[in-house]
Amino acid sequence: MLKLENVSMTVNNSNGFRREIIRDININFEPGKLYAITGPNGGGKTTLAKVIMGIYQHSAGNIYLNGEDISQLGVTERARRGIAYAFQQPPRFKGLNVSDLIKIAAPGVDGMGLRKKLRDVGLCPEDYLDRDMGPGLSGGEAKRIEIAQVLSRDSVISIFDEPEAGVDLWTVQRLIGLIVQKYQDNPESTAIIITHHENVLPICDEIIVLEEGFIKLQGSSKQIWPLIRDDVQCKMREQCRGEVCYEL
Amino acid sequence: MNFKPVDMQLLDVISNIKSIPAGAINIRRDGEPVIRQSSPNIRIGTNADNNGLLVEIKPGTRNETVHVPVIVTKAGFHDKVYNTFVVGEDADITIIAGCGIHNDSHSDSGHDGIHEIIVKKGARMKYAEKHYGEGNGQGKRILNPTTNIILENGAIAEMEMVQIKGVDDTIRTTIAHIGDKASLKIVERLMTHGEQKAVSDVRLYIEGQGGSGQILSRSVGRDDSVQVFKAALVGQNECLGHVECDAIIMDKARIQSIPELIAENAEAVLTHEAAIGKIAGEQLIKLMSLGMTEKDAIDTILEGFLR
Repeated sequence: MLKLENVSMTVNNSNGFRREIIRDININFEPGKLYAITGPNGGGKTTLAKVIMGIYQHSAGNIYLNGEDISQLGVTERARRGIAYAFQQPPRFKGLNVSDLIKIAAPGVDGMGLRKKLRDVGLCPEDYLDRDMGPGLSGGEAKRIEIAQVLSRDSVISIFDEPEAGVDLWTVQRLIGLIVQKYQDNPESTAIIITHHENVLPICDEIIVLEEGFIKLQGSSKQIWPLIRDDVQCKMREQCRGEVCYEL
Repeated sequence: MNFKPVDMQLLDVISNIKSIPAGAINIRRDGEPVIRQSSPNIRIGTNADNNGLLVEIKPGTRNETVHVPVIVTKAGFHDKVYNTFVVGEDADITIIAGCGIHNDSHSDSGHDGIHEIIVKKGARMKYAEKHYGEGNGQGKRILNPTTNIILENGAIAEMEMVQIKGVDDTIRTTIAHIGDKASLKIVERLMTHGEQKAVSDVRLYIEGQGGSGQILSRSVGRDDSVQVFKAALVGQNECLGHVECDAIIMDKARIQSIPELIAENAEAVLTHEAAIGKIAGEQLIKLMSLGMTEKDAIDTILEGFLR
């Protein structure tokens, strides 16, 4: 479905030195599967997502979607071919409201559909449909609206960049459940979740560990999760003092 | 009534009038009234100086609207009018003003509307004014509105002034005096393009105890246009005042924003926020990632911003 072939991205830093953010990435994302991309901060996860969406232009390699080389296509063209990306930190829009954005994401959606899409992500439609997408929304609210937009699209590749970040623990469980329900075993689509979450990683079909721009580990979650579990759980325990104990 | 299609188009844009509405209305075209109609509660007549309207709204009038649009379609014509509105005590009404100019000639056309509005004790008023210009000539389309408004004790008014397209030159002056527990909110929305120039000078004197005043401005400057926005709050009593000016700057436009707070009483609380910036790249990318072209994304962001 989506194939990355020797994809690298290089930037020139402020000192004029070239730095490779992602290096020689080869992944074949298959339909009906849920992929997790994980790894330490600065490892290249968000960069890889933005390269797939066309927000960043890669410097070497090729990207194929259903056999078509989309390497030179811009963001709009990739979106129209069925790639969707839920931003880690969604931008705000003064004057546009929540229903405006959902309607842009899902043209033709009716009133019932709009309401359902908000309810799905745990937001009361009556309270949110007319809410301004400006700075008055909390980070968690903006994030849920962002995820609702991507879930609204009939995309072939949907990328969720840290859907758990900034969202309360109860809602994380619900959001991940929605993503699993919509994409896992769906032969029409593939979902990629960038995550550090110990409850999300093991339920994905495949795990890719990115570190310093390289793929350090890649395989089924049965293979990879036991190798990284101690590390991920240890980090989670430090962050939350062991208070995260719910099950998906 | 002899209305040409161009007249109806202008009336539709500035006042959302597709046919002549019932109720109180005065339509002025090229300096002459073409329709004037009062209602049982709203009397529209000529003022004492015979140079404009006197609109009197009876005390206690509820849920009525008065339309007073002006259109200028004669090439090179410059119209000037003095209108007075008196909103009676405890009334709750809407005034829809606005001016549209169609100019296909090489001579300048313009309209100076000088409005005095008195909102009596306990009354509520909504005032909407849209300015618009069109036509292919090189003659300028010039609009210079002046509004003086007095809010008596307990009166509440909301004024929305919009200029989105086609006006080459405008100097807008708004002065308000706000009484005890009276409240005024002014919302301005402006877009300039080409080589247009727009100056807005708003001054609110919050004189009464417990009075409040708000000035909210959203503007977009495109091409080589120039905007100057001056907003002054003068707090003369225990009162609240807030100015907020937000502007998006594009191309080679120039935008100057000058908020001014003058507190003449230790109990006055006056605040302001002002921001000028271009459209954030991440906003464009976000909308493009939903399938929009860059141009459509820009238009959507601007349309929302000025809504």
